[in-house]
Amino acid sequence: MTRFLLKGLLRDKNRSLFPIVIVTLGVMVSVLMYTFMLGVIDDMIRSNAKLDTGHVKVMSRAFSEIAQQLPNDLALSGVRGIISGLENNHPEMEWVPRIRFAGLLDIPDENGETRAQGPVIGVAADLLGKDSKEIERLNIETAVIRGRLPENPGEIVISDEFASNLGVEIGEQATLISATSTGSMALQNFRLVGTVKFGVGVLDRNMMIADISDAQYTLDMEDGASEILGFFPNLVYDEIEADRVADSFNEGVENPEDDFSPLMFTLRQQQGLGEYLDMTYLRIWIILGSFFFVMSMVLWNAGLMSGIRRFGEIGVRLAIGESKAHVYSSLLIESILVGIAGSMIGTAIGLGFSYYLQEVGWDISGMMEGTNMVMADVMRARITPESYYIGFFPGLFATFLGSAISGIAVFRRRTAQLFKELEA
Amino acid sequence: MKNGALITTSGLVKQYPVGRGHFTALRDIDLIIERGEFTGLVGPSGSGKTTLLNIIGALDFPTSGSAVVLGTDTTKLTHKTAARLRTEHIGFIFQTYNLLPVYTVFENVELPLLLLGMDQGRRKQAVMDSLEWVGLTDKAKSRPAQLSGGESQRVAVARAMVKRPGLVLADEPTANLDVENSHNILKMMVKLNKELETTFLFATHDQKVIDYVRRKITLIDGKVAEDIQTTPKSQ
Ligand SMILES: Nc1ncnc2c1ncn2[C@@H]1O[C@H](COP(=O)(O)OP(=O)(O)OP(=O)(O)O)[C@@H](O)[C@H]1O
Ligand SMILES: [Mg+2]
Repeated sequence: MTRFLLKGLLRDKNRSLFPIVIVTLGVMVSVLMYTFMLGVIDDMIRSNAKLDTGHVKVMSRAFSEIAQQLPNDLALSGVRGIISGLENNHPEMEWVPRIRFAGLLDIPDENGETRAQGPVIGVAADLLGKDSKEIERLNIETAVIRGRLPENPGEIVISDEFASNLGVEIGEQATLISATSTGSMALQNFRLVGTVKFGVGVLDRNMMIADISDAQYTLDMEDGASEILGFFPNLVYDEIEADRVADSFNEGVENPEDDFSPLMFTLRQQQGLGEYLDMTYLRIWIILGSFFFVMSMVLWNAGLMSGIRRFGEIGVRLAIGESKAHVYSSLLIESILVGIAGSMIGTAIGLGFSYYLQEVGWDISGMMEGTNMVMADVMRARITPESYYIGFFPGLFATFLGSAISGIAVFRRRTAQLFKELEA
Repeated sequence: MKNGALITTSGLVKQYPVGRGHFTALRDIDLIIERGEFTGLVGPSGSGKTTLLNIIGALDFPTSGSAVVLGTDTTKLTHKTAARLRTEHIGFIFQTYNLLPVYTVFENVELPLLLLGMDQGRRKQAVMDSLEWVGLTDKAKSRPAQLSGGESQRVAVARAMVKRPGLVLADEPTANLDVENSHNILKMMVKLNKELETTFLFATHDQKVIDYVRRKITLIDGKVAEDIQTTPKSQ
């Protein structure tokens, strides 16, 4: 009997091929959507990590509490020692110091009088070090609009919009007025060698980027830094590992209550990113959930249609003496086979595309031309273990449910009635 | 159950709900049909022939009264036991052939035996015997779509007969056949009736069928209007 049913399934394309194709398509799109959305989140996390939070970040306790105010009087000291300790314990990770500061940028005229002036937010990173990956990490190279990157001490780049507002040209001098870590006034002349635009509002308004040694010198922060960022290999954020690294670091801190004690924070623990990520995941699940729901309706209807189409066949089978329970269970088994086949093929194809999007990515820089969005000119997907089975929910479950419900119609009709319909 | 009653209906009533009231399709049918009969149910359209066949075949249930078929009161059957009664003892031939299009002629005829759980060797033998009765052994591998109407109806007959049931219920079996094919099939049924003692009950308008039957029950408005023995004009 099983062979008999299988033969029917294989020979009748309306029963096998078409439903499998529908399930395959649905599952494929589900999988792709899932991995693609994860990829988008990943991208967001990566941008945030590179620019600001790292995967983990070390700050002094006191600095961390009011980090938004950039209180460099509370910054870390003995940074070289901390970094070499971190490199010993976590050699697979990269550790880089950064200084963030606020001040005024003053553009003098030929007499040294102020020609233009504006508040500035500064980021200082290791731009000049031979092995430094900071330029790549901060994406400055692609963000350059005019001029070039700093190549020598004393050179800076600033936001393009900021430069226009100040009316300052490449090659001109700019004076940073800020406060040193000890609270006295800092004054330092820099040479503007380029302008940048990141496509992110805040960064493009009034930012300056300098080499970290210049900033340490200017702000009187010898061997100091606002923060030390830690990055996992390949810039892939691993939440569990981040927690582990942070916990072990924080356990080793001798004097955790001390204002200047370094403390490590994970990406999630910073600036409400945790809640933001949770919200985003929730949104993804809502979108996926709605999609799955629509998918399920489609598959269910497909099941329903094929059930109705088969009233005739079912009537004959009943008349010949098959029991309703047997007919019903054979419909369910068929739907499971179709669901499994469709889900497996769909998952395979979906993962195939996802893999391509993960490894190669989808270059949308052409589309983004003129908008200057540096963050995501290549859209990527990410495959997680869940991607392997996520498609089975809409694929298998909805197909099964569709058949189960359309099959009930068979059960509820009197057998004689099925005949009337099949004779019509 | 000697050479006695194969089907006994007593006080059989079938009402269909229609709007607020109901329509009475069968009223007080008392019939006894014995083993080996070759009987026709005739009567105008809407007189209740199909309804009666469906009740006898346990595809439908009467509103009141009883129908005892092969010693089983069909009014007391569950879906499952009704299905078993059909599997084991009853062959159906429908007005339209109702072959399953995805299966070959052989497989269509084989299905009732699969439901009986017969082993493969005996199954094959029985299917080929049955196709031989209807003269279609050479079409065993064809699909229904490749057959003519007459051939399809012969396959349906083979399918009804393959398990050698005690009772064959045939609803307008010749409605779609030409004269020649009608006679071929009826001749074959007569032969099976004689050789295997299969009881045949037809529902029909077709004079060709009526010419073959040995007993003619006329239904009018759901009532037995006439019940006579006849001498078959054709054999
Ligand atoms: N499900 C139903 N609901 C209501 N009335 C029905 C139903 N099935 C049959 N009837 C009515 O019962 C009567 C008998 O129907 P039946 O099908 O038994 O007639 P028949 O003698 O087989 O007719 P025909 O020769 O046209 O096939 C008809 O008047 C029909 O309208
Ligand atoms: Mg009828």
